[in-house]
Amino acid sequence: MPGSLYIVIAGCGRLGSHLANRLSRQGHGLVVIDQDEAAFKGLSSEFSGFRVEGDVCELRALRQARMDKADIVFAVTRKDNANLMVVHAARTLFKVPRVMARVYHPSREGLFRLLGADTVCPTTEAAEKALDWVGPFMVFPGRSAL
Amino acid sequence: MKVLIIGEGKVLYFLTRTFLAKGHTVGLVSNDREECARLARQLKAEIFYGDGSDPALLEDAGIHGTDVVIAVMPQDQDNLAVALLAKKEFEVPRVLAMVNDPENEEGFRALGLNVFSTIRTLASLVEQQAELEEITNLIPVGAGRVNVTEVLLPVESPVAGKALQETGLPPDCLVAVILREGAPLVPRGATRLEAGDRLVLITLPENHGPVLRALTGERR
Repeated sequence: MPGSLYIVIAGCGRLGSHLANRLSRQGHGLVVIDQDEAAFKGLSSEFSGFRVEGDVCELRALRQARMDKADIVFAVTRKDNANLMVVHAARTLFKVPRVMARVYHPSREGLFRLLGADTVCPTTEAAEKALDWVGPFMVFPGRSAL
Repeated sequence: MKVLIIGEGKVLYFLTRTFLAKGHTVGLVSNDREECARLARQLKAEIFYGDGSDPALLEDAGIHGTDVVIAVMPQDQDNLAVALLAKKEFEVPRVLAMVNDPENEEGFRALGLNVFSTIRTLASLVEQQAELEEITNLIPVGAGRVNVTEVLLPVESPVAGKALQETGLPPDCLVAVILREGAPLVPRGATRLEAGDRLVLITLPENHGPVLRALTGERR
């Protein structure tokens, strides 16, 4: 299909499977990697890509997923360091043009950027949302003054 | 020297003991609470419990004043994170990371990290020993692109009695030192080799086998 991209997703948890289902529905070529076969249950009937059962921290699993051909890689396992390893392989070894990682620990984001990945940090994102939401209510005096 | 070791298990314990015995100041980080308590009783080292790839913990563990950081965890991704933090964020002068999967060696090096693979060293030792019993030592150096080997010239060696320049050794190898009756001798082209000599060789992995065969005979 013209305009279709080859996308590798490392980690098939809630975020990984959600991304995989949505992007597959859009017509892109998908490969999802997870070491736990049960994790692939999260893939819906819309998903028409491939599953690779393997440890994303082992190069052999990434090779099996043909990461060297990928246009985009998502590193979205539950472990920051595993995601860092995927980012390193994708950027340093397989020269993938666009790589995004989920990073739980905000203080580690610098490392991911250093290796050439964009990051999304659930903690920071949620805090930003919460602060945006609460902004309009931050008018004094509060209840105690009533 | 101030050394900070991040790891677990026997590697962490014996590495720490070795550095302490040499008189260095050692701090160690383990993510196992019970192990930390045990090590605190066994070792005269500063012990920190927690995730070694957490920058805040590394700061608590005094990484700013540290000369050497060694990452020896059983997961390569953790060693990668610690080594990158130590080198790039905290600018520790010397950082060393263990790789468990030998396949990761090259990629980690590409990031400018100093790494070592115990598996690869062990595998090459075993391979070479199995091939030729005369070899007593084999050390891969220069990222595994150069071998340093110590080999005994047996009585049946085809080069025993020949001058070094007549031995017809393959190119790209060097007999660096001859140990004859315990004394070191740096050879020249005219130096004669004798059975019983121990040679310290510099070879490349691709000519390693041919060089050894030329020195010890074709019988194996």
